[in-house]
Amino acid sequence: MKFKSVFDIIGPVMIGPSSSHTAGAARIGRVARDLFGRQPEWARIHLYGSFAETYKGHSTDVAIVGGLLDYDTDDERIKTSFEEAAAAGMAFEFIPETGHTDHPNTARVVIGDSQTEMSMMGISIGGGKIEITELNGFPLRLSGNHPAILVVHDDRSGCIANVSNCLYRHDINIGHMEVSRRQKGEMALMVIEVDQTVDKAVMDELRQLPNITQVTRIAD
Amino acid sequence: MDVLFRNVKELVERAETENKLISEIMIEQEMLITQRSREEIMVQMERNLTVMEEAVEKGLKGVHSVSGLTGGDAVLLQAYIEKGNSLSGTLMLDAVSKAVATNEVNAAMGTICATPTAGSAGVVPGTLFAVKNQLNPTREQMIRYLFTSGAFGFVVANNASISGAAGGCQAEVGSAAAMAAAAIVEMAGGSPQQSSEAFAITMKNMLGLVCDPVAGLVEVPCVKRNAMGASNAVVAADMALAGVTSRIPCDEVIGAMFEIGQSMPSALKETAKGGLAATPTGKWLEAKIFGGAVVGSGK
Repeated sequence: MKFKSVFDIIGPVMIGPSSSHTAGAARIGRVARDLFGRQPEWARIHLYGSFAETYKGHSTDVAIVGGLLDYDTDDERIKTSFEEAAAAGMAFEFIPETGHTDHPNTARVVIGDSQTEMSMMGISIGGGKIEITELNGFPLRLSGNHPAILVVHDDRSGCIANVSNCLYRHDINIGHMEVSRRQKGEMALMVIEVDQTVDKAVMDELRQLPNITQVTRIAD
Repeated sequence: MDVLFRNVKELVERAETENKLISEIMIEQEMLITQRSREEIMVQMERNLTVMEEAVEKGLKGVHSVSGLTGGDAVLLQAYIEKGNSLSGTLMLDAVSKAVATNEVNAAMGTICATPTAGSAGVVPGTLFAVKNQLNPTREQMIRYLFTSGAFGFVVANNASISGAAGGCQAEVGSAAAMAAAAIVEMAGGSPQQSSEAFAITMKNMLGLVCDPVAGLVEVPCVKRNAMGASNAVVAADMALAGVTSRIPCDEVIGAMFEIGQSMPSALKETAKGGLAATPTGKWLEAKIFGGAVVGSGK
């Protein structure tokens, strides 16, 4: 089931005008920023399908930029996010694409700073709900059904066991888990959907584990 | 994931065998899935209710969108109601004007609560605050109205779609109107089965509705579709309360909505390429708002 909470239906509280093209777009931007871990210095946003056709009318652009500035769907500053981005020193550009994607509301967010860059594909599936389908070339199936943790790590033995042991110690049950890697011994990614809320203490503990590069949480 | 209901049939059966309201089943399921307390859940829904009230209040004072395409109609409608000569009746027009008020606020980038989406955010609150004047519900009953709406919306979202880009306007205003009809029935004292009949009757009359926003803006025809969605909901609720039933069961109507959405061309699914968006005036408005070549003089 893609929608699990009544508040996916009655909600979110948001700045108009569109739940999929404004609120969902803001959430895609915000998850990207979460995954990046800090304020990016630049953003290149590729829009597909209905996003590409109607983004201006739905304020999809200001919403994604608002998300990249860490604004929630009901943050009034979404309306002036372009100015806020300039003030925060974040350059951005939007590129409407003509290519076909599986879902009509798709955005690829490429963000970075002087140190590194990141690419993420998100889709807005209706009512403000989103899914992340790709991260740095790793295909994902982050359904949004549960709270989830994304762990970027070096492809070394023991990483997966350490992470799952840590979750076990905190009584957190894994509902769904995917592991993928670019190439043997290189960067790898764990996507773990869990049944319980993951608090900051658990996140910090995960970050301390060996060979872990980055840990991000996606809450409901 | 364990849920208490996956479709309307299971929802109604559970409510009737346990002798509970549909809103109660929704609250119990939310507690089960999120492991949160009843109180927390009720408080969050009351916050949503408050946002809806504030949006209606703001819209009734008169707002206008940046494009200038929408705004001020809720004010016109309230003034007309005051005169006392309306043909469709005070409750009906009150629902319509409050639905319009909400969507005018949404179009003006105001704060609203998506129900189930922003483009269709007017129907559920519009009907609620109009029916309220006749049924005099408690605050808790008003919150329950949102849970009943949510229960039906939950089924639609998981078994079909609530996205205009995926299923057309039938998935948005269609779903919202049907959800509202079911909730009106519960608030008016109808049975869970009657809520399901009201839902089915409303949705059947929204089938095929396309999503063709002029210039891609959630304004034309979205605001007026919310108005008509609200009126459709009130009439269907009355029909169900009168004992009228739907020959096609609720879940099958939802299935039909999904199938119709799948076969709808993408020009009519929130791409602003077909329907009203592609009319001469629609295109003229788009050029006027976003610049580019303005051909002809519009209306």
